[in-house]
Amino acid sequence: MLDLAYAVLVAPFKDMVGAPSFLVEVLIGGLAAGLMYSLVALGFVLIYKASGVFNFAQGVMVLFAALTLVGLMERGAPLVAALVLTMGVMVALAFAIERVVLRPLVNQEQIILFMATIGLNFFLEGFGELVWGSNVKKLDVGIPDTSFMAWGVQVNRLELTAAITAAVLVAILAVFFQRTRVGRALRAVADDHEAALSIGIPLNTIWIVVWSVAGLVALVAGIMWGAKSGVQFSLSLIALKALPVLILGGFTSVPGAIVGGLIIGTGEKLAEVYWGPLVGGAIENWFAYMLALAFLLVRPQGLFGEKIIERV
Amino acid sequence: MKAPAGPPPTPLLEVNGISVRFGAVQALERVSLEIRRGEIVAIIGPNGAGKTTLLNVVSGFYHPYEGQILFEGRDRTQLRPYDVAALGVARTFQNVALFKGMSVLDNIMTGRLLKMRGSFLLEALYWGPAMKQELEHRASVERIIDFLEIQAIRKASAGKLPYGLQKRVELARALAAEPKLLLLDEPMAGMNVEEKEDMCRFILGVNDEFGTTIALIEHDMSVVMDISDRVIALDYGRKIADGRPDEVRADQGVIDAYLGVAHA
Repeated sequence: MLDLAYAVLVAPFKDMVGAPSFLVEVLIGGLAAGLMYSLVALGFVLIYKASGVFNFAQGVMVLFAALTLVGLMERGAPLVAALVLTMGVMVALAFAIERVVLRPLVNQEQIILFMATIGLNFFLEGFGELVWGSNVKKLDVGIPDTSFMAWGVQVNRLELTAAITAAVLVAILAVFFQRTRVGRALRAVADDHEAALSIGIPLNTIWIVVWSVAGLVALVAGIMWGAKSGVQFSLSLIALKALPVLILGGFTSVPGAIVGGLIIGTGEKLAEVYWGPLVGGAIENWFAYMLALAFLLVRPQGLFGEKIIERV
Repeated sequence: MKAPAGPPPTPLLEVNGISVRFGAVQALERVSLEIRRGEIVAIIGPNGAGKTTLLNVVSGFYHPYEGQILFEGRDRTQLRPYDVAALGVARTFQNVALFKGMSVLDNIMTGRLLKMRGSFLLEALYWGPAMKQELEHRASVERIIDFLEIQAIRKASAGKLPYGLQKRVELARALAAEPKLLLLDEPMAGMNVEEKEDMCRFILGVNDEFGTTIALIEHDMSVVMDISDRVIALDYGRKIADGRPDEVRADQGVIDAYLGVAHA
């Protein structure tokens, strides 16, 4: 009994203090992974904020963006051209979704819009495979997946680039949505469609903007994850990892998506490395969900979410 | 009283023979009316008479299958709600449509979105003209807050306020757009006597101080008689009376509509 308490409560921390540079490596790895979760979570938050829809298809949008990029490169397009074209495709997709899905369903119940995004999910999945094929593709963005040493700590070049890109993107988005009038309009649309229309906010334009941004965020996430683990169907499953991030950070908060991602990323890496051996590993697979569950019980609106107000 | 010299100016709003149908229900049938600049017009009628439908048509949420709507003399029958808002028509809703998650101040600031111009980049950096603009809008919003006496709840979350105050904040948001025409859908529904008196005072004040033309739907007859310059009565989607409050109150058709005389 005492041994177990020691193994759970004391030994891991002794290990951390005993090898600080290894701890830093684990933390860096966790933060990098966390930022990449944040990127996916951001796509959800943006759309949820603006249309009150939980976009089930966000994960597939990541896959679709990466597939399009790789597909274009396979057909001989240079990286930059393929990138620009893919961005165009994602914006076109936003226009199409607005026209075909959102506009006809305006003012419908949330659950109906949610069902529509499930449909969108399977459509995009099938459409992507139809156009680009379903075999695993390698995405080479010209950054080697190798490490260098900095102050006695191993740093992976690809992870570092991904982290910096994610951080910059997140900062731009946060400022855009907190400070600009589009941000305010967005929050208004998220809250009440009719009222937003009545004060002169063009709903359709806002939707196109938001789905475009979510598409571009999906592209960045797709590049980062694709470069790491290849472009394949499983890419769409990282969306599942974004769910606990959303629960932790709050569905409506851009900063929440980032902080939530960082907490989950570092939390699961630490748990895996230091506590994993106790239970035979694989903590990484369920840690995020357990943390999210605990959070749901204590603070259902998430760290930064809008407080749930209910008048009776 | 407000009669100008010379030929009468075009009315602010002209509605010419509009009809709206929802499935088998004829919500409005060839309704015509006009609202003149500076007036307070009350639209009355029993439940289901088409009052809210009329408001929704004017603010662009529904479109009539026949008839025409002119605002300041220009045809705008088919405009979308945000275009109507841009023309200078603001409205409130029967069951309060506030942005519940936002503060009162932010709610009212959204009312000024149409007035904001300039670069997103500068706004994001909160720098130069963008900062000046934000401060100007903030100042005009503060004037409205003072006017409607809601200083104390400025920072409160809108969704948490009592109903009467929510209605007042909704009015504030509509006023922030500096509308030419203000449409109020039952601004006093669910209020107690004191709150109703406050709301009457504010409506008259808005009309008086900002010169805003107001059309309102109201059930409380004493309120209607007190504050409106003119009353329009609807029943079963048709206009049955239009005139001075005392005339409409004495109108046999209106009395029948309210007392529920059998429709032949």
